[in-house]
Amino acid sequence: MAKKVQNAVPLSELVPGSKARVLTLSAEGMVRRRLLDLGVVPQTIIECVRRSPIGDPTAYRIRGTTIGLRKDDAKQIMVEPIIE
Amino acid sequence: MSCMCIEKRTELLHHKFGIAASAEQKVIALAGNPNTGKSTVFNALTGLNQHTGNWPGKTVGNAQGTFTHKGQSFLLVDLPGTYSLLPNSVDEQVARDFICFGQPDVTLVVVDATAMERNLNLALQVMEITDQVVLCVNLMDEAERKGIEINIADLSKKLGIPVVATAARQKRGLEELQERLLDVACGNIVPDPFMLRYSQEIEQAISELELKLTPLLKGALKARWVALRLLDGDDTLLQDIERYMTEEPLQDPSLGREQEVSPSWPQA
Amino acid sequence: MAASIERSDIHRLHAIARQIQEKNTEAVRDVIVEKIYQHSQTIAGEVTRRTNQNKVDQDDRLDAILTSRYFGFPIMLILLGIVFWITIAGANVPSDLLASGFGWLEGKLTDAFMWAGAPAWLHGVLVLGLYRGVSWVISVMLPPMAIFFPLFALLEDAGYLPRVAFNLDRLFRKAGGHGKQSLTMAMGFGCNAAGIISCRIIESPRERMIAILTNNFVPCNGRWPTLILLSSLFMVGAVGMGASVTMASLVVVGMVLFGIVMTLFVSWALSKTLLRGVPSHFTLELPPYRPPQFGRTIVRSVYDKTLFVLKRAIITAAPAGVITWILANIMVGDKSVLTHVADWFAPFAHAIGLDGYILMAFLLGLPANEIVVPILIMGYMASGAMMELDDMGALKALFLEHGWTWLTALNMMLFSLLHYPCGTTIYTIAKETKSAKWTVLSAVIPLAIAIVVCFIVAQTVRYFGWV
Repeated sequence: MAKKVQNAVPLSELVPGSKARVLTLSAEGMVRRRLLDLGVVPQTIIECVRRSPIGDPTAYRIRGTTIGLRKDDAKQIMVEPIIE
Repeated sequence: MSCMCIEKRTELLHHKFGIAASAEQKVIALAGNPNTGKSTVFNALTGLNQHTGNWPGKTVGNAQGTFTHKGQSFLLVDLPGTYSLLPNSVDEQVARDFICFGQPDVTLVVVDATAMERNLNLALQVMEITDQVVLCVNLMDEAERKGIEINIADLSKKLGIPVVATAARQKRGLEELQERLLDVACGNIVPDPFMLRYSQEIEQAISELELKLTPLLKGALKARWVALRLLDGDDTLLQDIERYMTEEPLQDPSLGREQEVSPSWPQA
Repeated sequence: MAASIERSDIHRLHAIARQIQEKNTEAVRDVIVEKIYQHSQTIAGEVTRRTNQNKVDQDDRLDAILTSRYFGFPIMLILLGIVFWITIAGANVPSDLLASGFGWLEGKLTDAFMWAGAPAWLHGVLVLGLYRGVSWVISVMLPPMAIFFPLFALLEDAGYLPRVAFNLDRLFRKAGGHGKQSLTMAMGFGCNAAGIISCRIIESPRERMIAILTNNFVPCNGRWPTLILLSSLFMVGAVGMGASVTMASLVVVGMVLFGIVMTLFVSWALSKTLLRGVPSHFTLELPPYRPPQFGRTIVRSVYDKTLFVLKRAIITAAPAGVITWILANIMVGDKSVLTHVADWFAPFAHAIGLDGYILMAFLLGLPANEIVVPILIMGYMASGAMMELDDMGALKALFLEHGWTWLTALNMMLFSLLHYPCGTTIYTIAKETKSAKWTVLSAVIPLAIAIVVCFIVAQTVRYFGWV
């Protein structure tokens, strides 16, 4: 597995079926707190599961639970894709 | 919290939480993430039939029910399902306020055996607030189906609190759960919850604050926990302390908690 | 030891908090949350063992269908349609049975009153007013509810509702609302007052207010049976029994869809005017699917709904029945008070495709939507020739006798779907918003929309000479 931060991308760029590790959260205020509550902290592994029928929101698997996030919110989570 | 004055608590529960507990009843707060089968545990223990819809936010108010075990009567208060106790929403504030200020004899945290990593987060947060915690690892049937095994004894040792495995839908493990609740409520078991240590910098700040806070709080709240909340910028806690812990009579006791937690409405 | 903190100590606490707030508390919160989660992860890893990795994917396969691009929306509609189909197909027989049972008992009661030599007015108030009001609420309203809600509860228990919110979030967002609004709407199907309370799950006050103000557009408990009854009586042409149930279901699905369109439209309009603001965030768990406990859910749901209906019937239908009977039997000149009022409403009511009695029924039905149709039936019976009514066919005849066409039925359905929320719901809105202004708006907005929509429909239909 990659050790270095080679390519930081926003979580919203992840395609269904791929995984990534959280690097930083740029969200602020309420969104940030909500994401923290859900366990979106650095080093967390997030899997992109699927998009909703009209493309937004997207379902992500975060710490054993499937959570729907909007693109605007997912944009504020920087991740490092994990290539398996 | 064994030294508390029961009469005062009964009054507090009645006026500030709208809960009618008799003096000899042990009060149990039921906390847990959404979708952990918390309401099913509630129904199984109390024999009530609260609807258990499978979606987050189903339990909006707090339901109450009673049960008796070995001659001891219990009042069970079902709190809204939340991921955390940092009060970001009405639900979380309701849950936190009750655990914190309602002085339950035991807080029962229900966790989903199939998503321990997420669920233990809430348990650890509760353990920072109070020592009187029992953990219920529910949905064991689902875990078995998914091929997940959980070492309950080890978990109990690591957390320092009683842990019971249940499958509330099949009514499995409920007897033992009642037994542990009785043990903790009556002081037969004194939990010694594991205390999470933060970075040196934060720990230093905590101990400095603890010194200042301990005489002010007079043992009513854990100084360490209050220190942590002050450090992470929780601005609702002080208001709540003022509301629940000072002698002032409430303006409108009939509405109780509800009127206070509503967010401010937009003024158009 | 409770309530033991001194006022002066509170000030000291505030002083301490102020000192801290000069430091970066956001960063500290991050570290604390991260640490707790890391520790949960460690413990969970140490105490859990997975013997079988593959079994987890069953939910995924279901989601792949239920939230899929092509099937997600059609499946939502089909499920809704199936629920209505079963309700409509199943409600008729028990409704007829209840109606004739109550009719039989009414005969016995009348005999008893005659035997006791009770005055006519007493028989009128108690039997023709109170008893009929209650019995019509029960026979018309109870069967559809006792079928619809268990079915809905099964979908709810299975975990389908969050998928609906997930599918619809984008639409709601575009309309200035929140995806969780669809969850509060689902609660509204049961009871709008419950729907209003469930709006607490929406964190943003602005989006929560939008959800509260539009919850009325999903037909509740008391309005389903009205929609179902009218569509099965009037919206089916000369088709066979099986096809007519399907047709009626489609009409009801259409009504629900129209309600959803209205919800989106009003949400959008509010978010552009009175409730402007930026969209908040959306985080929603899609919980694992769980096989519902069929027996338990159905028994409990039927039991709960029956109790609920009976309670409302007694509290609201009984007095409404008495009032309606009195209004229909106090004569001023050659007509009853009820007829005078109905006549007074008639021109306006005609313009929006209804009649004076229907508007009267909606007014008197303010306490609970369940009693609108029963009041209407009583009003018609007091002013018409028909005195006995013991099945649904007779009901249609009663309506036809009072000049109904399919347009009257359609507009009554639309008015029922759109008009102001019931008294209980308005009270709940007042309690939840603590604002007189928003409470008034929550009744005025839908009422205005109901009138405008019914007016347009009535005028269009008449202009083209369709009735």
